[in-house]
Amino acid sequence: MKKEEDLEKNINPDAVGDGIHSIQKVIEPPKHASRPIVKYILIAVSALFLLVMLVIPLIVALVNALGDGWAAYKEAVLDEYTLKALALTLLATVSAVLVNTVFGMFAAYLLSKFYFRGRQALATLIDIPFSISPVIAGLVFILTFGNIGWMGDFLKAHDIKIVFAVPGVILATIFVTFPFVFRELFPVMNAQGNDEEEAAALMGAGGFTIFRRITFPHIKWALLYGVILCTARAMGEFGAVSVISGHLRGKTNTLPLHVEILYNEFNTTAAFAASSILVILAALVLIARNIVEWKRK
Amino acid sequence: MEQQIVKVKNKKGVRVIPGFGLSMGVTLAMLGCLVLIPLASIFISASQLKPGEFLDVVTSRQVVSGYAVSLSCAFFAALINAAFGIVLAWVLVRYDFPGKRLMDGLIELPFALPTAVAGISLTYLYSDQGWIGSIFAKIGVDIAYTRIGITIAMVFVGIPFVVRAVQPVLEKLDRQYEEAALMLGANKLYTFFRVILPELFPALLAGFGLAFARGIGEYGSVVFIAGNIPYKTQIAPLLIMTKLEQYKYADATAIALVLLVISFLLMFLINSIQIYMQRFSKA
Repeated sequence: MKKEEDLEKNINPDAVGDGIHSIQKVIEPPKHASRPIVKYILIAVSALFLLVMLVIPLIVALVNALGDGWAAYKEAVLDEYTLKALALTLLATVSAVLVNTVFGMFAAYLLSKFYFRGRQALATLIDIPFSISPVIAGLVFILTFGNIGWMGDFLKAHDIKIVFAVPGVILATIFVTFPFVFRELFPVMNAQGNDEEEAAALMGAGGFTIFRRITFPHIKWALLYGVILCTARAMGEFGAVSVISGHLRGKTNTLPLHVEILYNEFNTTAAFAASSILVILAALVLIARNIVEWKRK
Repeated sequence: MEQQIVKVKNKKGVRVIPGFGLSMGVTLAMLGCLVLIPLASIFISASQLKPGEFLDVVTSRQVVSGYAVSLSCAFFAALINAAFGIVLAWVLVRYDFPGKRLMDGLIELPFALPTAVAGISLTYLYSDQGWIGSIFAKIGVDIAYTRIGITIAMVFVGIPFVVRAVQPVLEKLDRQYEEAALMLGANKLYTFFRVILPELFPALLAGFGLAFARGIGEYGSVVFIAGNIPYKTQIAPLLIMTKLEQYKYADATAIALVLLVISFLLMFLINSIQIYMQRFSKA
C-alpha cells in the first residue's frame, strides 16, 4: 500500500504540470535572443548527421570485432600476420612523418621567409599530392620503379626491389602525406612575417640559431598539429599502398591491407578485430589533436 | 594557397636572413625526387601510347561509366556535404551546448579513421542485413552495392573538408552586418541567404571542391560498399586497380591520366572562381 502511495506521489499532477510548464518556458522565445527552436533543430540535425555518418560506423566496427567473444578477438589481434602488418604500418608511418616533417620545415621556411620568382607555383606543386587519387599515387611509383618503369632496368641490374616491397610501401605513404606538415606550418610562419629573423640575422646569428631560437618557438604547436594529421593519414593509407604492395602476407601487407584481405576471405570478425587496432590508434590521434588545439589557444 | 603573400625582400633586394640556398635546395630536391619525378612517369608512359589506343581505352563503355559513376556520386556527396557542412559549422560556431567539444572533435574522424576500416563498417551498416540497411530494405531501397552507397561513403570522407573550410570564416565574420540587416527589418532566413552566405561562399566553394576532388579519387572507403558491378557501381580508381591486376599498364595509365586531368581542371576552376569572387567582393 505504501508503495502505491509513493507511486502516486511520484506522478503528482502538480509536479507534471510544473515539468511541462518549465519546458514551455525553455521553448518560449526570449525577447532579445534569436529563436532557440531553430537552434535546437540545427543542433539536432547536426548531432543526427554525425551519429549516422560517423559514430554508428565506428560502433559497428567495435561491436563486430567483439562479435565472436573476447577469445576470438584476442586470437585475431595477436595473429602473426596481423602483428607483422601492424609493424609495417608503424614503420611506414614513422618514415612518412620524419621525411614530411623535414620537408615541411624547410619548405615552409623557404616560402615564408624569402621572396623569389615562382613562389606561388612552388606552393601549388607541393599541394599536388593532396588532389590526386591515392590509386594514381601508387600507379606513378609502379610506372617509375616497376618492371615497365624507366628506372626498372637500372634497379634490376643493381638488385634493388622497390615495387611490391617495403620501400615502395614507404614511398607511397610519403607521397600521399607529403604536403601535410607544410600546410600546417606555412600559414603560421607566413603570418609571423620575418622581422624577428631579420633582426637576429643583422645581430649576427647564424641560420640554425635563428631557426632554433626565433622561428621554432612560434611554430611548435603548428608543427605538432601537422605531425598528428600526417600520422593519421599515413597510418590509414589504403589506395596507394594497395597498388604498390602486391599484398604479400607478412612482408608488404600493412594493417589496412590486412583488413581488406580478411574481409574478402569472409573472415569478418578477424577483419573488424584488426580494424579495431586502427580504430584505437585513430582515437588516440583524435585525442592528441584536440589536446594540441586546446593548448594552441 | 589563398594566403596573402607578404613581400619578404627588403628594398635593396638583399636577403638578410641566411639559409635561402639550403632550404631551396632541400625543398626542390625532396619535392623533385618524391613527387615530381614519379608524377612525370605517368606522362612519359602516356606519351608512349598511340592516340588511337588511348582513345579506345578511355572511351570504352566500362571506363566511361566508371568516370560517370565517380563524378556523379562525388558531386552529389559534395553537395550533401556543403549543406550539412554549413549547418555543422554554424552550430559549432554560433551555439553553446553540452557536448559541443566532442562534436567538434568528431569532425576529424574521417581523417583519422583509415579508409578501409570506414569502408567495411559502412558496408556492414548499410547492407540489407545491417542496422540501417535493413530499415531501408523494408521499404525497398538498397543502399549497399548501389550508387547511393557510394555517395554515402564519399559523404563520410568529405565532411571534414567543408566544415573546416567554413568554420574559421564564420568565426571571423563581423556580426554587425547581420545585426544591421536584422535592424533594417530582414528576417533571419533572408539575412542568412543575403548577408551571411555570400561572405561564406568562397570558403564553402573551397570546401566543396576539396570534398569533390577527394570523392573522385577515393578508393578505400568506397570499394567495399560499391560492390563493383560492371557498368553500374564501378568507380574510376577501381578500374585503374583492375587493369593493374591484369598487368595492363598502358590501359591503367590512360584511365589515370584522364582522371588526373579532371581533378586538375576541377581545382583550377574552383581556384579561378574564388579569385574572381574575391576581386568582385573587394571592388
